[in-house]
Amino acid sequence: MYVYDQYDQTIVDQRVAQFRRQTERYLAGELTDAEFLPLRLQNGLYIQRLAPMLRIAVPYGLLNTTQLRKLAEISRNFDKGYAHISTRQNVQLNWPKLEEVPDILAELASVQMHAIQTSGNCIRNTTTDQYAGVAVDELEDPRPYCEIIRQWSTFHPEFAFLPRKFKIAVCGTEEDRAAIRAHDIGVELVKNASGDVGFKILAGGGLGRTPVIGAVVSEWIEKKHLLTFLEAILRVYNQHGRRDNKYKARIKILVKAMGVDAFREAVDAEWVKIKDGPTTVTDEEFDRAKSFFTAPDYAAIDTEAAQRTLAEQFATDPVFENWYKRNTVEHRVPGYRIVNVLLKSTGIPPGDVTDTQLDLIADLADQYSFGELRTTHQQNIVLADVQQSELYALWQSLQKADLATANLGFLTDMICCPGGDYCSLANAKSIPVAEAIQSRFSDLDYLYDLGPLELNISGCMNACGHHHIGHIGILGVDKKGEEFYQISLGGSQAKDASIGKILGPSFKRNDMPDVIEKVLSTYLDLREEEETFLDTYRRAGIEPFKERVYAKAN
Amino acid sequence: MPKLIKQGAIVEDAWQTVDPEHASADPCRILSLEQWLATDDKATRGVQLEPGESPEPLLAALDSIPLIAIHFPVLTDGRGFSYARELREQGYRGELRAYGHFMPDQMTYLHRCGFDAFQLADESRLDAALACLDDFSEFYQAAIDQPLPLFRRRTS
Repeated sequence: MYVYDQYDQTIVDQRVAQFRRQTERYLAGELTDAEFLPLRLQNGLYIQRLAPMLRIAVPYGLLNTTQLRKLAEISRNFDKGYAHISTRQNVQLNWPKLEEVPDILAELASVQMHAIQTSGNCIRNTTTDQYAGVAVDELEDPRPYCEIIRQWSTFHPEFAFLPRKFKIAVCGTEEDRAAIRAHDIGVELVKNASGDVGFKILAGGGLGRTPVIGAVVSEWIEKKHLLTFLEAILRVYNQHGRRDNKYKARIKILVKAMGVDAFREAVDAEWVKIKDGPTTVTDEEFDRAKSFFTAPDYAAIDTEAAQRTLAEQFATDPVFENWYKRNTVEHRVPGYRIVNVLLKSTGIPPGDVTDTQLDLIADLADQYSFGELRTTHQQNIVLADVQQSELYALWQSLQKADLATANLGFLTDMICCPGGDYCSLANAKSIPVAEAIQSRFSDLDYLYDLGPLELNISGCMNACGHHHIGHIGILGVDKKGEEFYQISLGGSQAKDASIGKILGPSFKRNDMPDVIEKVLSTYLDLREEEETFLDTYRRAGIEPFKERVYAKAN
Repeated sequence: MPKLIKQGAIVEDAWQTVDPEHASADPCRILSLEQWLATDDKATRGVQLEPGESPEPLLAALDSIPLIAIHFPVLTDGRGFSYARELREQGYRGELRAYGHFMPDQMTYLHRCGFDAFQLADESRLDAALACLDDFSEFYQAAIDQPLPLFRRRTS
C-alpha cells in the first residue's frame, strides 16, 4: 500500500497543528460557529445529535494492521470502544470530545492517517473496488490512480469551497463494485479501439434528493490527462454550479441544466487551457504510484491438495462450507481466496465494530493476509489474500468473534446509515428498522433461496445509506413529527445502474418487517427459474408488488 | 485608509472600495465590472469582480489593469478562487486582491490561487491572517505560487 515520504508526512503533521490552533481559537471564542463550521467539516468533524462525530479517512478503503490497531486504540481511549465503517469506506467515531479531536488527529498522523476532507463542500475520499488488485475481472489495478487523485485533491487550493460536496470513484473491472455511476465523477479504466488503456469519465451521477445516473463526459482519455481533465470538470462546476439552494447545488443538477453536450463543451473549453501543462501526469509518477501496489509474495500452492483438504473440511463441517460459499470470493491467484469479514450480525448496527474485534481482525490480517485489509462501501471488511488451506482456521476465529455471519450479498447484509440514533440530519431512525428486518429474516436457507438482494436504508433524503440504488430501498421520512418509511424497488448500483421506483405511501416502523415480507413473497410467487429479485422486478414491473403490499385486508 | 496585507506585510494604500451607486472619476476608486465596462479609461482603473461575474471581459486588458479585486461576500462562496487562477494563468501580473468576508484560515488557498493582496472586512484579524500564510510549507498541486506539482519535484 502507499507509504508516506517526508512530503506526505509534513503535510499531514502541519494539518494537525493547524486544526489544533483552529480548535483553540474556537474554544476561546475567536472563531464563530459559522466560521468554525467549514473548518471542522473539512476535518471530518460534525456536531451531532448527542456528541460530535469524527469521520476518519481511509483512502480507497485500504488499511494496514498498524493503522487498524491504532483505530482500535483510539476508539478505546477517546470513544466508547467501537467504531463504524461508513458507506464511503471511511471509519467514524460517534462519541469523541471536541477538545480531544486534535489529539486524535495527532495519533492518526503517527500511522499515516488523517481526517482531511472527509466532509465539507470539497473533494472527498476517492473510493474504489474493495477487491482491487485481486479481482479476476480486473483490467488494471485502480489504486495507483486513486492515490494520484488523492494527492491532487488534498488541499486543492481552488476547490475547497465548492457549491457542494464532491465524490469521485474509480473502477477497473467488468462488474462495477465502486458504484461509479452514482458519483459526481466516475472514472473507469477502459481500452480504446486500438487496445490502449485509458479512462472513461462520467460526471453528474449522485444520490441524495434527486438521484441521477452519471453521464459520459469523455469516452476515452489518455492516462496522462487524468488530472487536467478532472481539474477542468471541477472548474466548470466551481464557477457555474448553483449556490443559492443546497439541494440543487450538486454537479448533477448543473449537468442536467446545461445538458450533457453543453457541459462537455464547457469542460473542453477549460481543458484546452491546461491540457499538457505541468499537471499532466508523468510516466515516472505512474511508475512510482504503481510501485506501492505490487502483488505480495504469494506462495506456490498445490491447488489439487488444497482442494482435497477443503472437501474434507466441508464434509465434516457444513457450516464452514456454507461460509466459504457465501463470504469468500474467487482470487486471481490459484490457491487463494478473498475473504469478507461481515459486520452484519443481527442486533448490531450494520458496519459497527468493537475495539476488540478490530484488534482481532488486525491479528488475523497479519497471520493470514499479508498485514493488509480493506473496508467496503457495503460496510464490511475484506481480507484480500488468504490461502485456501488457512481458511478453516481463519473462519473458526471469525466465528468466535461473531464476524462470520454467512450473508454476504443477501438480504440481511444491508447498507444502513447511522440514522436518527446519531445523526442530526436524519428524519427517522434507520438502525432499529435494519435490526427488525434482520431479526425477521434470520433463517439462512430462506435468505439463500431469495438469492442476491441488496437492501439499503437511509434515515433521510441525504441518502448516505444509498437507498436509491438498493434492489429494495428504504427511506425514513418525517410526517408531522412521526417517523415513516418509504419503500422503493428496482435500484441497482451495478453497470446496469438504475434508480429505484417508489412503491407508494409510506409505512410505520413497526409495519416494516411485514411489508418487506409481502414484497419478498410477491417476488417468490412471480419468480421464473433462476431469476434474481432484480430480474423479476424488471420483467414484471412494480404493479404486482404494489397490489400485494397495499391490498385491503379482508 | 484601509489596512490590508500586501507582499507579506500589513500596509495601507490609497485604493478605495467600489461605490456601486456612482462611477467616480477619482482614479483611486475601484470600479464595479459594470462601471469598468462603461469607462473609457479601462487601462488605468481598478476593477472588482463579484461572484458570478466571469473574468472573461477583463482578459483583453490584462496587460494594463493595475488592480483586480475579487469580492468574497461570504466565506463559503469559492468562485473567486477559480477567477483568480484563471486571471493569473491568462497572464495577469498586476495586483490581485481578495476583498471581503473570507477567513484568515483561507489565506493559504487564496495565496496559492494567485492573490497577492488581502483586504479582510474585519481589520482586527490581519495579524492572524498573516500568520496563517505559514500554515503549510509543502503542497501537492501545481498552483500560481508553485507552478510544478509535487510529483515533478519529489526527491527521495
